[in-house]
Amino acid sequence: MQLYLPIADIPVNVFLILAMGAAVGFVSGMFGIGGGFLMTPLLIFVGIAPAVAVASVASHIAASSFSGAISYWRRRAIDPLLALVLLTGGTLGTALGVWTFTLLRSLGQLDLMIATSYVILLTTVGALMFWEGLRALLRARRGGPVTTRRPGSHVWIHGLPLKMRFKRSKIYLSVIPVVVIGLIIGFIGAVMGIGGGFILVPLLIYVLRVPTSTVIGTSMVLTLVTMVFATMLHAVTNHLVDAVLALILMVGGVTGAQFGARAGQKIRGEHLRLLLGLLVLAVGVRFAVELVIRPEDLFTIRETGVTE
Amino acid sequence: MTLRLILMLGWLALGLALAASPARAERLIVSVSNHRVTVTPNYSGEELVLFGSVEKDANTSANRTYDLVVTVAGPRADMVTRRKERRFGIWINTDSRQFLGVPTYLALFSNRPFDAIASPEVQRRQQLGLNNVLLTQRVGPDYADVVPDDAFRSAFVRLRKQHGLYREETSAVTFLTPTLFRTGIPLPAEVPIGLYNVEIKLFADGALVAKTDTAFEIVKVGFEQFVATTAQQHGFVYGLITAFMALMTGWMASIVFRKD
Repeated sequence: MQLYLPIADIPVNVFLILAMGAAVGFVSGMFGIGGGFLMTPLLIFVGIAPAVAVASVASHIAASSFSGAISYWRRRAIDPLLALVLLTGGTLGTALGVWTFTLLRSLGQLDLMIATSYVILLTTVGALMFWEGLRALLRARRGGPVTTRRPGSHVWIHGLPLKMRFKRSKIYLSVIPVVVIGLIIGFIGAVMGIGGGFILVPLLIYVLRVPTSTVIGTSMVLTLVTMVFATMLHAVTNHLVDAVLALILMVGGVTGAQFGARAGQKIRGEHLRLLLGLLVLAVGVRFAVELVIRPEDLFTIRETGVTE
Repeated sequence: MTLRLILMLGWLALGLALAASPARAERLIVSVSNHRVTVTPNYSGEELVLFGSVEKDANTSANRTYDLVVTVAGPRADMVTRRKERRFGIWINTDSRQFLGVPTYLALFSNRPFDAIASPEVQRRQQLGLNNVLLTQRVGPDYADVVPDDAFRSAFVRLRKQHGLYREETSAVTFLTPTLFRTGIPLPAEVPIGLYNVEIKLFADGALVAKTDTAFEIVKVGFEQFVATTAQQHGFVYGLITAFMALMTGWMASIVFRKD
């Protein structure tokens, strides 16, 4: 069934988009991530303009992280105070990100910027995850200790001032690194159309030592708020949010996520991380290839304004 | 810019006055089949028909043969054409050219090749053919059209042609009788909405003898268009609704798939 997307300005097959939403939802449910880093590239490969893809995926991630956040809230697996401090940085980062997005778009370099940031971020993060997963797997096979938790030595981050007690997470920590992390995630989320969960969770675990009991729920709250904020800003400044596209993605995504979560419980943690690393790496490489091969047409046209 | 425009209009008025000065021997009467085209979501293109006849008065010779050129121009917009080049091993947009107030849809139809209708000089003055149509570019601080084989101009025309939005057909106008003519105006699925001007020029012996114009309007209707206009005009409300929709979907999912 063909449907015309009003903002993306192209006709698409509803079932294709629905299936994409479900597939990405499955993956996101399985790994406990938002899945934006898969959704945005998929939409771009289908032929939707990168700018529209980034702006519309923001609302899709908002939907999936909201349903996740609700269930984590019921299980009291969210640290409200930590989420709030992360958000002060997150909203600022999002605003900065949308502003950068608008600027790059007017310079005609947005598509390039989106592609290169995908290459850099995804190949690095993907390689790191893959490597970490592989090591954990080998360690487990050799029968060594499976713990991923590092010894509790004090890093410089823990010596920073403005300390605060986060009761539910049972940590005592400076707010500076928390705000900075929120800022970074908010920024790249708005520019690249990703929730940033797959970067945020490792950062919270390894840098801030947030316990695993609250880490995913709290990161989902940050994702939810920054993505709602990003949707609003993209809609107001660039008019690029395609609500019809977003709705199809959401419906597919939230459904797929449920089955993904069930599948994820059957797979061992190390295997999961290895798989996720591979997936992230593959998307990064795909973008790199796109940049290097000669495009079919060297010229592009874009409308910049209507003259009366 | 304003001064330039006034000057241009002045020249245009003078040109019109000169063209009108010899006693009008022929008159054109035209009509399009539909003055208001509505585009629905499942619209896949349509063709309008333009009909017309050449009215002669007593002192024109009966066996004079005519040529006809029809120019259809859609709403005007500013557009940027960008060129990718290989830099540091990757393909990036390097150079760009801005086209100012160019038609979003442009079709030129005639009954035979433009070269057979008029001299190159007349072709250029009357903007016959895509190569002669004025496409204003911003060249540094200046505004000008460039030679037809300019890389950016030809790429621009080629890309617009690929989408069926620019077209040139030198056999599209048919004379049913020596004075009665018709032509189809194809409107592809992605036609921009707005007012379309149709200019009909009559040539005899390589010179313009009469011209007239008419217009039609393209409006999009339906849910998709409503969404697009809302997004453009009420960004804040649109954003709120989209965000609310996202939250509702997430909330619904958490209820439907609740495990406990």
